Amino acid sequence: MLLAPEDITAIWLSIKVALTATVLSLPFGFTVAWLIVFKPFKGKVFLEVLVNLPLTLPPVVIGFFLLLLLGKNGWIGKLLIEYGIALIFTWKAAVIASATVGFPLLVRSIRLGMESIDRQLLDASRSLGAHWYDTLLTIILPLSLRGILAGSSLMFARSLGEFGATIIVAGNIPGITQTIPLAIYDYASSPSSTTMALSLCMVSVVISVTVLFLHELLNRQLDRKRAL
Amino acid sequence: MKLHIDVEKKLGAFSLQVKADISGEKTGIFGDSGSGKSTLVHLISGLMQPDKGEIILNEQCLFSTHQKINISAAQRRIAIVFQQPMLFPHLSVKANLLYGFKRCHTENRLIKPDALIDLLKLQPLLLRGVEHLSGGEKQRVALGRAVLANPRLLLMDEPLSALDDTLRFQIIPYLRSVSEEFRIPYLFISHSMTEMQLMTDHILEIENGRCIDETTPEQLARDRMAKSQKGYLNLLHLSSPRHENGLYIYTWGRNTLFISAGQQTEKSLFELSSREIILFKKHPEAISARNLLECRVAEMFESDERVGVVLSANGEKIVAEIVRQAADELNINTGATLFAAIKASSFRRLA
Repeated sequence: MLLAPEDITAIWLSIKVALTATVLSLPFGFTVAWLIVFKPFKGKVFLEVLVNLPLTLPPVVIGFFLLLLLGKNGWIGKLLIEYGIALIFTWKAAVIASATVGFPLLVRSIRLGMESIDRQLLDASRSLGAHWYDTLLTIILPLSLRGILAGSSLMFARSLGEFGATIIVAGNIPGITQTIPLAIYDYASSPSSTTMALSLCMVSVVISVTVLFLHELLNRQLDRKRAL
Repeated sequence: MKLHIDVEKKLGAFSLQVKADISGEKTGIFGDSGSGKSTLVHLISGLMQPDKGEIILNEQCLFSTHQKINISAAQRRIAIVFQQPMLFPHLSVKANLLYGFKRCHTENRLIKPDALIDLLKLQPLLLRGVEHLSGGEKQRVALGRAVLANPRLLLMDEPLSALDDTLRFQIIPYLRSVSEEFRIPYLFISHSMTEMQLMTDHILEIENGRCIDETTPEQLARDRMAKSQKGYLNLLHLSSPRHENGLYIYTWGRNTLFISAGQQTEKSLFELSSREIILFKKHPEAISARNLLECRVAEMFESDERVGVVLSANGEKIVAEIVRQAADELNINTGATLFAAIKASSFRRLA
């Protein structure tokens, strides 16, 4: 296997971006799933459409919208520049791109987990003196763990593979914003670098398999805990 | 316990409109499926909000549209034992039991976990996961969890209907002893007449979302005798039998009863339908039924076209059921002496 120093950087950057995007999205994903599953409110359909939109939109379109939003002249971009924060063409932009694209997968999985919770358990908790936030933390959260785990794995894997949105908002700068898919894209463009591309593909497979194994392992641990 | 309810709630095509003043420690809410019993439980506990009305428990207003009061379910201190145990699957038995206790203010923690665990015989289960308990054990834990929340009122929403007959009558003594020992008033919701007779001393009867009657279990059983499939159910608590020739022989007051379905246990509960008792004006001399009791007619009551005959056999009471025509032909009146024949196999052991 042949890996250049930039490839190693790309591997670490990919993991860093995917991990950061997943960890940052988790509390939001959990809250949105909770709102959709348990809270009756007007405009719920709009929230659902908005959350799921990145699933149906081409990632390039998402990247372009993000660029318009976060760029120098974008609504949020302008505001951030006042505070001295520049996001475009940094690894943070790659995080935002990955988070946006993976968010619907995260919400869907957590939502499935939450929907399988018997509502009477929540009634029981409330009648035993638990306020809504208490029920959320002591009943809903632990009983959604499987969904959270599945959602996180999916989102992490999706972030590792993120390409379209990332290349538009973060660019393809080796050592700075170049993640595994972007590096493979570079190698694939020149016929002499097939081996290098293949090496990075192998790394991708190893990371993905590791994530799936980890997911299964944690799932089994949850099963074992419940079986006690 | 004093509970004033005057509520209205519309749920699709169903509308509930109940006005009642409940006092007493063991009140039953009786009604068929779909009559609105569970909706009422949800409204009282605060899990559902009435459209209109008020709920006052022991002088404290829990809900009032007029005064714009709605105390949350978490603050009402009304615990529920549901039809299904609804134990938290990710917690151990012990953690389930202490869930409500930990959320109860220190000054209200009058019932201590140890005393309750002893009473409900839960000690061997404490460290187990709830998935590995039997149906009866789960419902005992659910009961314990509700009681340890130290509620002002316990709502038992058909807590026995998910259990088979054997388990059901094993749980009843626990339900009764817990509320008696710790003095927790309860509302017992059920559509079973036997459960009402065993668990309550005052009943609200609900039909189509309306409270149609306030009565006693005895009166309700008498009123429903003709309509009910099993007639009036006599419940007999018997103990320490002898076993002879394939039959169990129990002492019932100063009488002796021969029962096929007996058991060598200290205490047993038997059910005897009023329709299983045959009445004779004179001693029938030879008869295959193993029990022939000389009785005095203590009282008679009407239930549609049937007549309930309350018999006193050496002071012990049972109710027999005959049709109006038979009562007229035999000229049965209060004070008359009759012979009651009961087959040994007519007694059904409940516990």
